[in-house]
Amino acid sequence: MTDQTSDLKIGGDPEPTVAVTLPRHVLVIEDEPNIIEAISFILSRDGWVVATHSNGETAVEAVLKLRPDALILDVMLPGRSGYDILQDLRANETTKDLPVLMLTARGQKNDRELAERLGVNKFMTKPFSNAEVLETMRALIEA
Amino acid sequence: MPQSRLTGSRIRERRLYLGVKQAAVARGVGISAAYLNLIEHNRRRIGGKLLNDLAKALSVDPVQLTEGAEDALVGTLRDAAVRVPQAGAETEKVEDLAGRFPGWTSLIAAQHRRIEELELTVETLTDRFTHDPQLAASLHEVISTVTAIRSTASILSEGQDIDPEWQARFLRNMREESRRLSDSAQGLVDYLDTGTDLETTPLVPQEELAGFLSDHNHHFPALEDGFLDLGGQIARLVSGSEHLQTGEARILAKAWLERYVEDALALPLDGFLQEWRRVPGDAAALAGMFRQPLDRVLRRAACLPGEKDADGKSVRGPGLLICDGAGAITYRRPVSGFALPRFGAGCPHWPMYHALARPGSPVSGLVEMGGRTPKRFLCLAIASTFGAPRFDVAPLIEVTMLILPEDEAAPFGGRAAKVGSSCRVCALADCAARREPSILSDAQ
Repeated sequence: MTDQTSDLKIGGDPEPTVAVTLPRHVLVIEDEPNIIEAISFILSRDGWVVATHSNGETAVEAVLKLRPDALILDVMLPGRSGYDILQDLRANETTKDLPVLMLTARGQKNDRELAERLGVNKFMTKPFSNAEVLETMRALIEA
Repeated sequence: MPQSRLTGSRIRERRLYLGVKQAAVARGVGISAAYLNLIEHNRRRIGGKLLNDLAKALSVDPVQLTEGAEDALVGTLRDAAVRVPQAGAETEKVEDLAGRFPGWTSLIAAQHRRIEELELTVETLTDRFTHDPQLAASLHEVISTVTAIRSTASILSEGQDIDPEWQARFLRNMREESRRLSDSAQGLVDYLDTGTDLETTPLVPQEELAGFLSDHNHHFPALEDGFLDLGGQIARLVSGSEHLQTGEARILAKAWLERYVEDALALPLDGFLQEWRRVPGDAAALAGMFRQPLDRVLRRAACLPGEKDADGKSVRGPGLLICDGAGAITYRRPVSGFALPRFGAGCPHWPMYHALARPGSPVSGLVEMGGRTPKRFLCLAIASTFGAPRFDVAPLIEVTMLILPEDEAAPFGGRAAKVGSSCRVCALADCAARREPSILSDAQ
């Protein structure tokens, strides 16, 4: 796992358990390597094509470059917060409707409200369950 | 000059002080006694010539009748009324109230100010917990680690086939994260237990005293050498400390230093130090040798100058705790590895509390303080009475406990009792003395 954006397909070995006609691309912006690995694995197994990115400062560029179908975005990132990134994405014509699941260790009411004001699609507090992440991602993409 | 309605009350107070009848004063300034009565009861406002005449008749400066400490009092009472509007305080009568009941209104004002101070303290604490970067970073680390563990454990336990390479990778991740969680949790507990070294604002005078004593490493050469001008030395030590910000803390420091001097006079440094090195830890022998009470020997042993080993490294000195009859810790000299709660009582298993139940009987106990790296200590405690004895009055008691850290080169023999710091951060399971549940899962 590197800090660079890549088309890393973690979990490429395991066979997807859910058949997806057209592979969906998701970008995971998170700085905890073992969380990245676990999320990437479960999403890959679910049929997603997963790319990862760990740096807040260059996160918007990564999104614009990769054009994922959905985004998983951590709040506390090195360089720039997830809120700032989300704000920029919503201000950009090409990413204003991008489905975003925000993950945070801070689950206070004002954090959630801030995320909602900025246009998050779903807000989830850590620690989360894998099933919850999968269900949310499926729902986001089907919405 | 704007006239306060309290002016009348001051006129009345002044007249009564002079012992002059209302009618006489009224006659002197050319008004009726009934009108002066209305003025004195703040029912009529006065100013100008009449005020000056009355002031002259009462031999007082007119300003003293119109202004005074009451203005501040009335202002505070108005503030208090505004803060609790639901009480429906009759603010239009506040001056009458202050004039008629100065004692009670001063009490209300003092309590209002106290409430404001306490609210500020709570606000400061809340702010500290909300915005403390170290605490936030620690909690974030714990939650992130737990997230990684939960997610990885869930993958491994699902029962689906996982490529052996991935399985090994996830197991390695679990090990890493578990270790990291253990470190972060321990760091968090240490932080909550002992506070932070970053500019911690003392919350109580005892913390100011602790800062002052720590600055001097609990040893005061100026009070050991010659015993000249000790009162002056104590005053200089107290006034020269940046830690002692409040009057209460300075009083505590002065009392402690006076006690220090008494101990130093009874157990001169050179002789005591020599014997302590000869029989380290044998406080009872030294008490007998110097014919001094054991609690004094324990205090003295904790206030010796710091020592260095052959390599020039500082040798860990002993710690000291003193608690009152209610178990509240009144003095603390921390020692590394023996975690002390910042507030509240300590662990009921500490020998100090055993001694509290047996005044006059020395208690020694080998204890093991829990934690990631448990450490052992020999504790020597004695509960002593203080104050002049009085018939049929229970004596005042305090317990002094010296905490001697284990020397790795010469470990203590025997079985150590497991102890903790405070129940909230203690991992001891099945503890009959537990006062409240622990935040550590081990203790559940």
